[in-house]
Amino acid sequence: MIIEKTCIVCPIGCHLKIEKKQNSESGYEITGNNCPRGEKYALKEMINPERIVTSTIKIKDLKNLMLPVKTTDGIPKDKVLDFMKEVSNYEAIRPIKRGDIIIENIYGTGVNLVAAKTIN
Amino acid sequence: MKNYDLVVVGGGPAGLGAAIKARENGIENILVLERDHELGGILNQCIHNGFGLHVFNEELTGPEYAEIFVEKLRESKIEYRTNTFVLNISNNKVLDIINDETGFEKIEAKAVILAMGCRERSRGALKIPGTRPSGVLTAGTAQRLVNINGYNVGKEIVILGSGDIGLIMARRLTLEGAKVKLVLEIMDKPSGLERNINQCLNDFDIPLRLSHTISDIKGNDRVESVVVAQVDENLNPIKSTEEEIKCDTLILSVGLIPENELSKSAGVLIDSKSNGPIVDENLETNVRGIFACGNVLHVHGLVDNVTKESYIAGEKAADYIKALA
Ligand SMILES: Cc1cc2nc3c(=O)[nH]c(=O)nc-3n(C[C@H](O)[C@H](O)[C@H](O)COP(=O)(O)OP(=O)(O)OC[C@H]3O[C@@H](n4cnc5c(N)ncnc54)[C@H](O)[C@@H]3O)c2cc1C
Ligand code: SF4
Repeated sequence: MIIEKTCIVCPIGCHLKIEKKQNSESGYEITGNNCPRGEKYALKEMINPERIVTSTIKIKDLKNLMLPVKTTDGIPKDKVLDFMKEVSNYEAIRPIKRGDIIIENIYGTGVNLVAAKTIN
Repeated sequence: MKNYDLVVVGGGPAGLGAAIKARENGIENILVLERDHELGGILNQCIHNGFGLHVFNEELTGPEYAEIFVEKLRESKIEYRTNTFVLNISNNKVLDIINDETGFEKIEAKAVILAMGCRERSRGALKIPGTRPSGVLTAGTAQRLVNINGYNVGKEIVILGSGDIGLIMARRLTLEGAKVKLVLEIMDKPSGLERNINQCLNDFDIPLRLSHTISDIKGNDRVESVVVAQVDENLNPIKSTEEEIKCDTLILSVGLIPENELSKSAGVLIDSKSNGPIVDENLETNVRGIFACGNVLHVHGLVDNVTKESYIAGEKAADYIKALA
């Protein structure tokens, strides 16, 4: 069976074709990718799909202004909605520098949630 | 009247890049004007990642991309004013500006770079019939309200138009707990990137209906439902396909138009196709010494390309100013 997917790693959006192949090293044959990142993405999608999460959190003592945050890498796709709920409980305290860690080692993945903006 | 070598109108990525480049090319006396309370332009509300793959070789969020340029601007000691709206530019490069605190002022420039970005098409430009209840807003407005102000825009949402901002907002609102029921596109193929169809709609099983539009909006104070219909080859709704869908919010993601009222005030000629100023290979308009770059020129999908273009405008404006001396 061939699975078709649009690569989401960059805006080019290559059309990937993924086929199970017992005799290949990874277990899959991937075609249609313009660069190696596409192959890596396709394999991840088959084995343990991940997504980078970006969101916003409240800032203590500031009304009507949110702090943008992002995960430093992908977290398991099936955990994204749970993670969003957890994130919404956090509140940042000024001064905030871009890159400041808000949540460390999310679900033991080694990935952090960090501030995406400096707010003094 | 205060005099500057270069005045840049707009503090988004285009204006920031152009100012930084002009400084690198030896222009000392530069002023950047921004109507918002902070620099960075539309990037401040684009909290998703995917910016900077070409310029920085990494995937940044909009606010991060903006901040890197704002830091560079500060390091270069370039003067800027926020909360400052440019009202008019004359063809001899006198700018009328107004600031919340300092009031009205006229300033003169040897060269001007237009970097005002673009605005969204709104419902008026679309001519959807029906009532005018609250709960109808553009994707960019929704993006600002949710991502900057932290407001909740609605619970049950229909999105008209498959532009990237609409797709990104479909995901964002879903992650925030809203139910995005449907995305409609009048054309037979999506207008946004396939990558966004995949990661913003398919990931959350949000249906996309192509060749469909909205033929009516219902509700008194607040949107209660929309009538969805397939369109014929002339893009007119087919009555027999109409279906009413309950929702409390309708988001319009139907395209961007360059923001050129100011350009016109300076006598800059506008291309009727791109809606942006007509420029030569130096990004100079028909008015000598007035340059343009970024979304004011034409709508760019990638901010990286805005930055590259802004460097050209900054460099060419610097050449122009130096040639005057
Ligand atoms: C609502 C919206 C959402 C977008 N979302 C995305 C996205 O998710 N991903 C993506 O890749 N691209 C997105 N874009 C495209 C994005 O605009 C460009 O990639 C890039 O930010 C354009 O840079 P710019 O500097 O030309 O314009 P902008 O970033 O729009 O900056 C223009 C600046 O000029 C200022 N200005 C305008 N008129 C005046 C005046 N008269 N006086 C003083 N200041 C003025 C504005 O306040 C603004 O800060 C979006 C565009 C819009 C309109
Ligand atoms: S395969 Fe490479 S070039 Fe193609 S979309 Fe993915 S990352 Fe981009």
